[in-house]
Amino acid sequence: MSKKELLAGVLDDLKQHFGDAVLDTTTHAGDVQTRVSLDKIHQVCAYLKEKHHFNYLIDIFGADRFTADERFEVIYNIISLKTGLRIFIKTWCPEEDPQVPTVTDLWTGANWNEREVWDMFGIKFTGHPDMRRIFLPEDFRYHPLRKEFPLLGIPGSFELPTTTPDTE
Amino acid sequence: MSLDKEVTNEGYFTTSLDFLTNWARANAMWPMPMGLSCCAIEMMAFAGPKYDASRFGSEVMRFSPRQSDVMIVAGWCTYKMSHAIRRIWDQMPDPKWCIAMGACASTGGMHRCYGVVQGVDNFIPVDVYVSGCPPRPDALLNALMQIQEKVKTEHSTVYDR
Repeated sequence: MSKKELLAGVLDDLKQHFGDAVLDTTTHAGDVQTRVSLDKIHQVCAYLKEKHHFNYLIDIFGADRFTADERFEVIYNIISLKTGLRIFIKTWCPEEDPQVPTVTDLWTGANWNEREVWDMFGIKFTGHPDMRRIFLPEDFRYHPLRKEFPLLGIPGSFELPTTTPDTE
Repeated sequence: MSLDKEVTNEGYFTTSLDFLTNWARANAMWPMPMGLSCCAIEMMAFAGPKYDASRFGSEVMRFSPRQSDVMIVAGWCTYKMSHAIRRIWDQMPDPKWCIAMGACASTGGMHRCYGVVQGVDNFIPVDVYVSGCPPRPDALLNALMQIQEKVKTEHSTVYDR
């Protein structure tokens, strides 16, 4: 069986198992992207890992769609080391208090990826063991990859070191 | 026994103390390599055998700020890193000099964004700026020679003329 047929089989199985929770599937540049409803995202990931051997999480990233409703998007890039298939799972979450269930219980490596998404987009991952900023200083008050954040930053939001060492 | 009898057949020279200390300082500028990104690769070439910073007495890269004279900030500096750089700069004993190597360390360069300090002179005093992205090792050698020139003309006391 070719990879294309294998992947189609996986998607059919997903649709059969989760029904309406699998919202739409697009193919772009040979990659399949499937959008899943927010309340089923953890089950879908667990199902793909257990049943279809998607045992390797490449990356998790966020996106700011800048739309009125369901503004933020979280994308999971997972592959199966058994069949070599790759699939992108996406889910949308609202602008007000965006929360997505964590997948650190499935893939331990998701820990830092989810912290990065929190740092850059302010999307909280419920159940994450260590939900802190990863790149920016802990007292930073903004999420810089959101569209409303200015490219050059907000003056005074970062602290420069004092240039008179005795007063420190 | 007078002094001139003592030195007549021995040979001696006179100099000013400033000239002597400046000569010694200028020819033993030990760098503190603050390699932050790609400029650090050129900085390694600057210390390596081809460009050979030891011709100018600067071959001893000191990884302790306590033993170094000139800090070479090579690469772009984030706000988070700036605190570490300032702390290391404060730990260097006087007299000390600083080279901002490359466009990023001098002005922020192409990193015109929220996380990068737009020039390390925002928090440490810079003596020589080197242009280039990255600068060639010869440009860094030139910066070092500029600092040597600067050191050689320094005065320990200022005369009231």
